Amino acid sequence: MPGLGTSFGRGGATTAQQDLANADCILIEGSSMAEAHPVGFRWVMKAKERGATIIHVDPRFSRTSALADIWVPLRAGTDIAFLGGLVRHLIENNLFFREYVVPYTNASCILSDEYRDPEGNGDGYFSGWNEEKRAYEGDSWLYKGGDLSRPERDLTLQHPQCVFQKLKRHFSRYTPEMVEKICGIPPELFHKVADALVAASGPKKTAAVCYAVGWTQHSKGVQIIRAAAILQLLLGNIGRPGGGILALRGHASIQGSTDIPTLYDILPGYLTMPHKGDQTLQQYLDTYTKKTGLWSGYPKYMVSTLKAYYGKRATAKNDFGYSWLPKLTGNHSFFEFLYDMLDGKMEGMFLMGQNPAVGAPNSRLQRKALSKLKWLVVRDMVEIESANFWRESPEIDRGELKAEDIETEVFFFPAAGHAEKEGAFTNTQRLLQWREKAVDPPGDCRSEAWFMHQLALRLIAKAKASDDSIDEPLRALDWWYPEDELGDPKTEAVLTEINGWYTDPVAGVGDSSGNESVVFGIDREGNPHHGKQVNGFAELKADGSTASGCWIYSGVLGRDGVNKANSRKSKDYLGHGWGFAWPGDRRIIYNRASARPDGSPWSERKKLVWWDWDSDKWTGIDVPGFVKGKPPDFEPEVGAEGLDAIPGDAPFTLHEDGLGWLFVPKGLQDGPLPTHFEPLESPVSNELYSHNTNPPEHWIGTRHRAMQSFHLC
Amino acid sequence: MIGEGTKSTNQRRHSYVQEHVEVGFFTDPTVCIGCKACEVACKEWNHVPDDGFVWSGNSYDNTGHLGASTWRHVMFVEQDRQKGNQIVGSHSLGNGDGEDPFRWIFLSDVCKHCEDAGCLEACPTGAIVRTEVGSVLVQNDVCNGCGYCVVSCPFGVIDRRPKPLPDAGGAFKCTFCYDRQKSGLVPACAKVCPTESIVFGRLDDLRARATHRVQELHEHGYDDAQLYDPRETSVGGIHAFFLILGEPEAYGLPPKPQVPTIYLKSAWTAAFATAIAAIIATLLAFAFFS
Repeated sequence: MPGLGTSFGRGGATTAQQDLANADCILIEGSSMAEAHPVGFRWVMKAKERGATIIHVDPRFSRTSALADIWVPLRAGTDIAFLGGLVRHLIENNLFFREYVVPYTNASCILSDEYRDPEGNGDGYFSGWNEEKRAYEGDSWLYKGGDLSRPERDLTLQHPQCVFQKLKRHFSRYTPEMVEKICGIPPELFHKVADALVAASGPKKTAAVCYAVGWTQHSKGVQIIRAAAILQLLLGNIGRPGGGILALRGHASIQGSTDIPTLYDILPGYLTMPHKGDQTLQQYLDTYTKKTGLWSGYPKYMVSTLKAYYGKRATAKNDFGYSWLPKLTGNHSFFEFLYDMLDGKMEGMFLMGQNPAVGAPNSRLQRKALSKLKWLVVRDMVEIESANFWRESPEIDRGELKAEDIETEVFFFPAAGHAEKEGAFTNTQRLLQWREKAVDPPGDCRSEAWFMHQLALRLIAKAKASDDSIDEPLRALDWWYPEDELGDPKTEAVLTEINGWYTDPVAGVGDSSGNESVVFGIDREGNPHHGKQVNGFAELKADGSTASGCWIYSGVLGRDGVNKANSRKSKDYLGHGWGFAWPGDRRIIYNRASARPDGSPWSERKKLVWWDWDSDKWTGIDVPGFVKGKPPDFEPEVGAEGLDAIPGDAPFTLHEDGLGWLFVPKGLQDGPLPTHFEPLESPVSNELYSHNTNPPEHWIGTRHRAMQSFHLC
Repeated sequence: MIGEGTKSTNQRRHSYVQEHVEVGFFTDPTVCIGCKACEVACKEWNHVPDDGFVWSGNSYDNTGHLGASTWRHVMFVEQDRQKGNQIVGSHSLGNGDGEDPFRWIFLSDVCKHCEDAGCLEACPTGAIVRTEVGSVLVQNDVCNGCGYCVVSCPFGVIDRRPKPLPDAGGAFKCTFCYDRQKSGLVPACAKVCPTESIVFGRLDDLRARATHRVQELHEHGYDDAQLYDPRETSVGGIHAFFLILGEPEAYGLPPKPQVPTIYLKSAWTAAFATAIAAIIATLLAFAFFS
């Protein structure tokens, strides 16, 4: 997610699976797509039928390799060396798509004089390394002058401190011979891949990259994805039909589970979870709001989220209830809280849709940690191992744990199956698809929504009966959701809240009668609850007059009252009319880049979105990902803020400078450019740098901690 | 073509049964990804029982062969040959380090629904009939389990179902989803095939499409691509035909399949001659000893 996010702006696949059919070359790496995404793979086969070259890079010869034109076996964990080799090949031989790279990427941006790359002494460190803290710090990766909004640029790419020259220097040692040494790929094979990619680059051609958990589950997954992003930017493939990077997600709604996160450190729509230092709303907003680009709207998204949580109790006077949000005090990711559990620091846990006793690394450690809990709630369709670890587990068999010594009280709740509940899934290509309930769940089985809803009602009732200030956040929750006959919250009402609305209630509004533009307008007490829905996040306000549960999903159930996630009439090859793709039903994001800087399509064959001089607006096959009326030759005024500061030829509007980031000046902890390091467990020494593995602290820390735990247990 | 959505012949509703249109399957291994969705869909729709979860160790093929409880079978063919211009391994790079070429081909096999069907001709009870769309259907409520069809199939498709499976004793094979077709639906296997390796449609359309595909593959370097559609032999053509790379034997397909009934004349003649000879010999014996 940070790999795509820092390179382009959004942590989601840049394209749709259907669009792979338009590719002239498809590079599949870190995925056995034919086996794990067989339905999406039809579009790869379609592309192949049309003459595209399919490349599969994988240590193992799988069914995907059997269908590929070129199979490239590489040593596991050496992806950055291979991709870096391709980057070097493009730069050294002047094969990159210059007309695209110069205006649309930060290749021309001048970096700070303090920036140093690992080539200096070949140790693998960038500038800013603090040996004591074992972390990078400071601002030496920033553009010259420190302002990300208006970087100084050299469009000839000759300036010694410009990103392009730094990129060239950084990858200069990633030669085909070095690739052979590190990855085990012979130079002839390397050149076959390079030639196929170069042949599919330019105004009339595009290539796509597909990856899956074969990249993301690497300890350095972010940097592998970064390397692919650099490659695709140099080839000019982002935002164009048949191009892009397709992150193939692991299973149903994995994309959804980061959009509306199950992660500890983000809020819906990739807003940052407040840290303990972010004491007031103003402090928090000052830290995370960008001066230019789409993230300049941060206060609108955040206040609307708070309004969705706390309703009319959130006012400008009380910082819209910001103080009720929990604040992070440290790392509470999966492994960290496992250690806390093991140390007896965690009393209880709700376990839903997961089975750590057999499904997580070091399951012995997992089961031992579970045995330290006082209570454990497990919701599943069958009694899974995590629910009966206290009586049936290898540790019990071996006598390491005794059932009579385990004090964990396990509450097992039967769960509804996928056909027994309704709701939306968000798939690999950011597409929300609604599914309806086929049958009621049997017996006492209930959906997750039912469980959370009923639990919330009970907790809120308890909190209301107490006057303890610690219960204030519960008392403040605006739990208004209407119910169906089983006691489930009406999930379309939740979707309406996610979409967002004007907070001023409209009187006389019924579920589907009265003012038809307002759906589910009545709360549980029968009072008008909210006003009409917003049509998209552009309508959100920071003054509390709007609410939205997840700003990036805004538009899924807009003013017309139609649940677009449930629409099933596809109108074009990109699938408009079938489901709803965030943001704003855009199927290929950053699609301003599908037109030349002057607004005309790169070629007839690869047209997608272009500037229409007659009507003075962006138009095309996809929903334009750009301010509709901003002409291609628009030059922002000095000191302009927000989207007004983004020029008419800058497609990556979430970045302050509107450019695709070959070099990441801010937002990554382990280096602005991908660097080949050996995996933690590698027995091989690093051919490129004196450091074998990536230096930053959390690696070493995690490893040390893991070793320690192995020892202890 | 892949990706035509609801316009594809694999997805759109039809009235071939009502209009008596000859239909077929065209199966193309060059786009098959070996996912076995066809096997699963077939079992689910037709309530075909499981016949054991056996790990064969033979490539990815744990199904083995077609039979009474396996009406679709995805073959996994591993060969020391080059697939088109595919670059896999050092051989295809021309390194000359002695490594053999290799290729992995997936092909979904099914009942061929012969024009002159051995099973149908052998069936003494009339349980096996030909449908309006040209397919061959076993009516299980009429079948008495004699097994004549089993030995009469030139492709080894049909078989009797062993105990303790449901309806044991009777003969079973692909029904071409006749029940679905009567309602205007396409067969389950074709419906679910993600890459349209299995194409269902009018037989004449499919043949034209297949010929075109072979040409296309020849242009793309698949020199050994050919159609397996025996029309010159006594089976008189099949309703489920295949594109194959290389020779049919590699896929367990007989190069010249014959209906056993063509041997009837010679078999009966031989039997008659033997009988006459035996009678003469007997008479001679009596004459000699008396």
